[in-house]
Amino acid sequence: MTAPAVPAPTPATTGEMPRVRESSGRRNAELALLVFVMLLVLAYAATVEATALDTITPDFWIPVALVAGVFLALHVVIRFLAPYADPAIVPAVALLNGLGVAFLRRIDLASADAEERADLPIFSGVGGRQLAWTLIAVVLAAGLLIIVRDHRAVSRYAYTLGLVGIVLVMIPAVLPSQFSEINGAKLWIRIGGFQIQPGEFAKLALVSFFAYYLVRKREVLSLASRRFLGIDFPRGRDLGPVVAVWLLSLLVLVFEKDLGTALLYFGMFVVILYVATERVSWLIIGLLLFFGGAFLAYTLGASVGGPFANFYQRAEIWLDPFAKPYDDGFQMVQSLLGLGTGGLFGAGPGGGQPNKIPLVVSDFVFAGLGEEIGLFGLSALLVVYLLIVERGLRAGLAVRDSFGKLVAGGLAFTLGLQVFVIVGGVTGLIPLTGQTTPFLSAGGSSLMANWLIIAMLLRISDAAGRPVTGAAGGRVGGPGGGGPPAQLHGAPTEVIRS
Amino acid sequence: MPEFVLTVARFGFLILLWIFVFTVVGVIRRDLFAGARSSRLVAAPRGVGASAGPSRPAKVKRGRAAHQLVVTAGQLAGTRITLGEAQITIGRAEDSTLVITDDYASARHARLVPRAGQWFIEDLGSTNGTYLDRAKVTGPTPVPLGVPIRIGRTSLELRP
Repeated sequence: MTAPAVPAPTPATTGEMPRVRESSGRRNAELALLVFVMLLVLAYAATVEATALDTITPDFWIPVALVAGVFLALHVVIRFLAPYADPAIVPAVALLNGLGVAFLRRIDLASADAEERADLPIFSGVGGRQLAWTLIAVVLAAGLLIIVRDHRAVSRYAYTLGLVGIVLVMIPAVLPSQFSEINGAKLWIRIGGFQIQPGEFAKLALVSFFAYYLVRKREVLSLASRRFLGIDFPRGRDLGPVVAVWLLSLLVLVFEKDLGTALLYFGMFVVILYVATERVSWLIIGLLLFFGGAFLAYTLGASVGGPFANFYQRAEIWLDPFAKPYDDGFQMVQSLLGLGTGGLFGAGPGGGQPNKIPLVVSDFVFAGLGEEIGLFGLSALLVVYLLIVERGLRAGLAVRDSFGKLVAGGLAFTLGLQVFVIVGGVTGLIPLTGQTTPFLSAGGSSLMANWLIIAMLLRISDAAGRPVTGAAGGRVGGPGGGGPPAQLHGAPTEVIRS
Repeated sequence: MPEFVLTVARFGFLILLWIFVFTVVGVIRRDLFAGARSSRLVAAPRGVGASAGPSRPAKVKRGRAAHQLVVTAGQLAGTRITLGEAQITIGRAEDSTLVITDDYASARHARLVPRAGQWFIEDLGSTNGTYLDRAKVTGPTPVPLGVPIRIGRTSLELRP
């Protein structure tokens, strides 16, 4: 046995110093970026008023200041509860959310009368509601960070979360149309003037459930398989529950006439399966199933109609938006004209006419923004989205437990896929399916659900960056000498294995 | 508002937007290369760089304390653990610091213990054994930087 020479021992404290600096360095970088973001949003709001009203109203800064305050509060919460979390995520999301609030307020300005413009109340209109929702959503995200101190604790409630996810997805389908239907899609719960979209929240619950189940079964899934046509298929009984969940949510979604969300769940499912089993065959199967399904829906929609007529119509508009520019294709045509008017550098914040685009506050927010900030600005926003997704995947790569890896990978990918689906739809790359643009579109449900996703990613990236010390890890020690593990005393017990 | 001010504001906003993007990329880059630099230093003694001279790798090894545990092979490949003061337990048990789902690993397989700046690997009576490079670990054995610890199909290394 060749035991290599023992290197000169170094003082034990040298290892600790740079890491303390590392965590506070990350938080300081986050704070600096946040301040930068808020100045950017303030500049945007000022430019909007200067261009659209020809003057800057004295209280234009109040919405930005409110948003800035709540983001700074979130930053403080992170500083105490997730000090090792990724520094780039929160500023990037804050930029998108802040610009979203400012842009929606700009839409209100354009639709208000001349005398109303001078002093538009802060919480009125679409922009005001978005501002209120932002405050609530960020508080929710902070709440998740406070309640969930260790993302592995979530896996204890995985089956409950799976059930909650399915129930959330199913509620609007079961409710009568008058309580659940808006613009032909049955995915809302409407009580009085209040409406929420429960499917948005189901994403987080379903990802957690899939991740937990696949962690338990990944060895069986990748080892016990039948080979068929050169591709390994797992046994049906191993995959049963997950496929059941997926089919159920998919059926419900087709029944609710929202194919965009169905596509989102399908992509989420396939990618988590791929990450868990490391088998490329899942991606191939998924893509084949998807393209086959899309083609089938198209042909069925052309011949039979019924539930597929909607999809057929969308595909026809996509193939030739200018065929019926005042009828079916009106939305797409206005969107493309808006983007075309914007050109490379846009008409300037406040200089365009976003009100000409239908649904500019929800589905077409990207086209409305594009008219004013141009390709140059839109590509910056897309890079910001890309960075958020990259940081999420990075947290998944770096975290030490399989459950965290699958949850982070699944959530980050879902966010990216949603951006692709809606931006691709608005720009005419793929058929348009009604999705919200994360953090930009008006809508409380989408905002809250996406902020919860971000909080979960922050929690996982904190676990990934945290050095393993007795206090932080909480799960050191074991039999075989060294006495009883002191750190386990008083730590929450965690029962994962059956 | 004069036209000139509006034009400056319009393009200034776009420029600021891109400056923000590059600032974020800069922050991320620092994060990425903090890990990459250390792995390059470790890779040198074992790979091509070893021919450069025997003195250099030795200096690298002696002067540095281990700050990271990196999984180089197996299902968790790519995982990094930043080392602190506490011992690291390795095994299939869910309460291990590093939970490896390896068919040849025991529930409590091995542990890494720091003692005066040096990390020691100790086998906890595993079924299939722990190997430091090619030698089976029988008692607490000091682990030099960059030497693989093998557990089943999983391989771990200490890095500065």
